[in-house]
Amino acid sequence: MDNYVVEMRNITKVFPGIIANDDVTLQLKKGEIHALLGENGAGKSTLMSVLFGFYQPEKGEIYVRGEKVDIKSPNIAHELGIGMVHQHFQLIDNFTVVENIILGDEPGGFLVDYDKARKEVIALSTQYGLGVDPDAKIEDISVGMQQRVEILKVLYRKADIIILDEPTAVLTPQEIEELVEIMKNFAAEGKSVILITHKLKEILAAADRVSVLRQGKYIGTVNVADTTEAEMASMMVGREVNFKVDKKPANPGEKVLEIKDLWVKDQRGLDALQGLSLYLREGEILGIAGVDGNGQQELVEAITGLVPIEKGEILLQGQSIVNERIKSRINKGIAYVPEDRQKRALIMDFRLDENIILKSYEKEPLSKGHILNQEEINKKGNSIIEEYDVRSSEGIDTIVRNMSGGNQQKAIIGREMDLKPLVMVASQPSRGLDVGAIEYVHKRLVELRDQGKAVLLVSFELDEIMNVSDRINVIYQGKITGNVIPEKTTVQELGLMMSGSKEVDLA
Amino acid sequence: MLKKRNHLTLSLIAIAISFVVASIVMLLSGINPKIFFLSLFRTMTGVNLQAIGKENFFNARYLGEFIQISLPIMLTGLSVGFAFRTGLFNIGAEGQVIIGGVGAVIIGVLFKLPWIIHIPLAILVAALFGAFWGWIPGILKAKFGVSEVVVTIMLNYTALYLGNYLIKALPGSDNQKTVTLASSALLQSDFLRSITGNSRLHWGFIVVILALIIYHFIIEKTTFGYELRAVGFNRDAAEYGGIKVSSRIAYSMAIAGAFAGLAGAMLSLGTFDYGRVIGAFENYGFDGIAVALLGGNTALGVFFSGLLFGGLKSSQSLMQASGIPLEIANIVSALIILFVAMNNGLDYVLDRLEARKRKKNETN
Repeated sequence: MDNYVVEMRNITKVFPGIIANDDVTLQLKKGEIHALLGENGAGKSTLMSVLFGFYQPEKGEIYVRGEKVDIKSPNIAHELGIGMVHQHFQLIDNFTVVENIILGDEPGGFLVDYDKARKEVIALSTQYGLGVDPDAKIEDISVGMQQRVEILKVLYRKADIIILDEPTAVLTPQEIEELVEIMKNFAAEGKSVILITHKLKEILAAADRVSVLRQGKYIGTVNVADTTEAEMASMMVGREVNFKVDKKPANPGEKVLEIKDLWVKDQRGLDALQGLSLYLREGEILGIAGVDGNGQQELVEAITGLVPIEKGEILLQGQSIVNERIKSRINKGIAYVPEDRQKRALIMDFRLDENIILKSYEKEPLSKGHILNQEEINKKGNSIIEEYDVRSSEGIDTIVRNMSGGNQQKAIIGREMDLKPLVMVASQPSRGLDVGAIEYVHKRLVELRDQGKAVLLVSFELDEIMNVSDRINVIYQGKITGNVIPEKTTVQELGLMMSGSKEVDLA
Repeated sequence: MLKKRNHLTLSLIAIAISFVVASIVMLLSGINPKIFFLSLFRTMTGVNLQAIGKENFFNARYLGEFIQISLPIMLTGLSVGFAFRTGLFNIGAEGQVIIGGVGAVIIGVLFKLPWIIHIPLAILVAALFGAFWGWIPGILKAKFGVSEVVVTIMLNYTALYLGNYLIKALPGSDNQKTVTLASSALLQSDFLRSITGNSRLHWGFIVVILALIIYHFIIEKTTFGYELRAVGFNRDAAEYGGIKVSSRIAYSMAIAGAFAGLAGAMLSLGTFDYGRVIGAFENYGFDGIAVALLGGNTALGVFFSGLLFGGLKSSQSLMQASGIPLEIANIVSALIILFVAMNNGLDYVLDRLEARKRKKNETN
């Protein structure tokens, strides 16, 4: 028998209406980095919550270092040397790094022995190359550093089985590389790491083995050295995945949306857009490439009417819309898939059907004379669910909070496409989604384009911009600094334009 | 995590637990809990369980008084609940009740009209006065982002003193009360009195039933109610959907104020027949917070929780007569609120109990 440090055998965990884990087995070797791969809602988090003592499984057994254990609470998990770094940090902003790390496990008796704690934290930080300043306050350090504080918390509690839940979601590419190094240090020291993720590139870079879950079921475990991105992707989604977006050449028509010399201030009162101009034609997808914070947010919110503009013109089919209210812009044909879907696009405590009518509840037949027609609303909800393949445990009666991110996004896209818009503004539409859902989103955007609609795609992912767009505009410091065709440019060239060191207008 | 138990189940459990805890408190202070429950039962049904079989075991007066006391707190419950559904905390129902009541009194003192006009006019003015008092914090919140909690608390005091000033300024008022209101403006009824053993039950119950129906209809069935609920859960998403968030906030507070204003009419035109100078808050608005919380901000919920809190409130006199201090009823009310507010924790505890039971069954 292999010497597994953790063995979860035949775990089944049922929630009302959903089998979150169905006979799942996970075997973790000592000193390995083991990736747990699956789409959103595949049951990764549930499985780890079982291991960490948040949930009790209905069936199955857990062995830690060969001994059968009953993990009733996170405290027991701690005692067994299991530590978890959560996706959402649990830190106190105005405490220092050391104070945060020792919180709940303070050394010394009645008086806290800060010196001892500080020395221990510094020792750990040096040992694993974390480079954390022990005396800095959390609010003053970067998100990447905050994550390392979370990791230190786990190390401080002497964990040698470390679970990292989607750790790279908040990191820059540079920080991701450093994190991979840190994980490898752990493995070299004999600690075992479980890496929860849906990003294939990271698995290839960091992990030794990968276990795949799909719809709550265990699909298999493979050695990373013997597999490819394509194989992992098809295990994860259950079919071949097309990384290349399938589309015919664009056939652009008239200009639908035209923006001239647009000035918009950001929340701090600084000029976020400084005389931005662009146009968007029927039947094309215009990708807006740029580093986050160069005015993308202000651009999409100015078009949709969520922020006031200082000066400039926004023309929809030649008519100015700058003085129109949000609702009137919606009715004139501007659809919007916002970047922050849970904050902007969804009412998380509403049912699915109530979210689906968010932009159309005043239209007949959904309501008549201010009275809602629930029968028609149900019909509308069900037709969207069916057409856009939105999956949820209780159909249109599901509270949106209980749905997976991918299905939430499908519902938003369904709602917006159902408006039959002239212009679709999509801001980071694939953010936080898994491979299958990303493919879905791209397919739908191309479908809109093929119907002759105009799509404005804002994304920070250059791969997405290059694959999906028919034309690319680069945004830098509130202005368009490049207008190029994806076939005639390179990522390197885009990169130069995104940093303001080059301006190109080819298209 | 999925929510498995609904508000009704948890509320009933909360009520049960609070009765148990209250019984323990009573035992510890040497009071027989049986008397408490008998008094509560008698208040809410008119039936004296200890006198069953005897001639006067049923007294409709208790029933009439119980309903009469429940009416205004159901309305303040609707007031607080309505604002809650828009994500606003209306602590100002207290002041809106006072101002609404003053509005009804003004119509009752100053006008001589046939009852078919006089009563509806007095009630309408009460609602409008209350609505205005609710609209002030609403518009301040909508336009300037001023916390409605702070403004409504301050307006409660303003209402108390302004109300007393206006009552005293009406022709014929002395330092305690106004003259008796024109009988054509009153909700009081000799018929209702006669069938409830001379209680103060009045026609206001019809107003309350209508208010409950209107509340349910606006919130659940209209596009306006949909907008209010959307704003209540997520202002950013409501704005994204094209809803005019600030106008909805102002409207919501005004309508909440109107419900509380109606409660003022119940008191001025039904319970009493004159306008009163009051020395301190009478807690109708604060009771409304409890009623809305227990009732889950739905019309039906407010109806039942209004009855429960009304029962506790009106049983106090009977309990006092049996030697139970009136604080006991307050303790029970407070415990109910405490356990309802703890419903997440309650849900968790029930989860653990069920899991333990399941384990036991498996091992057996």
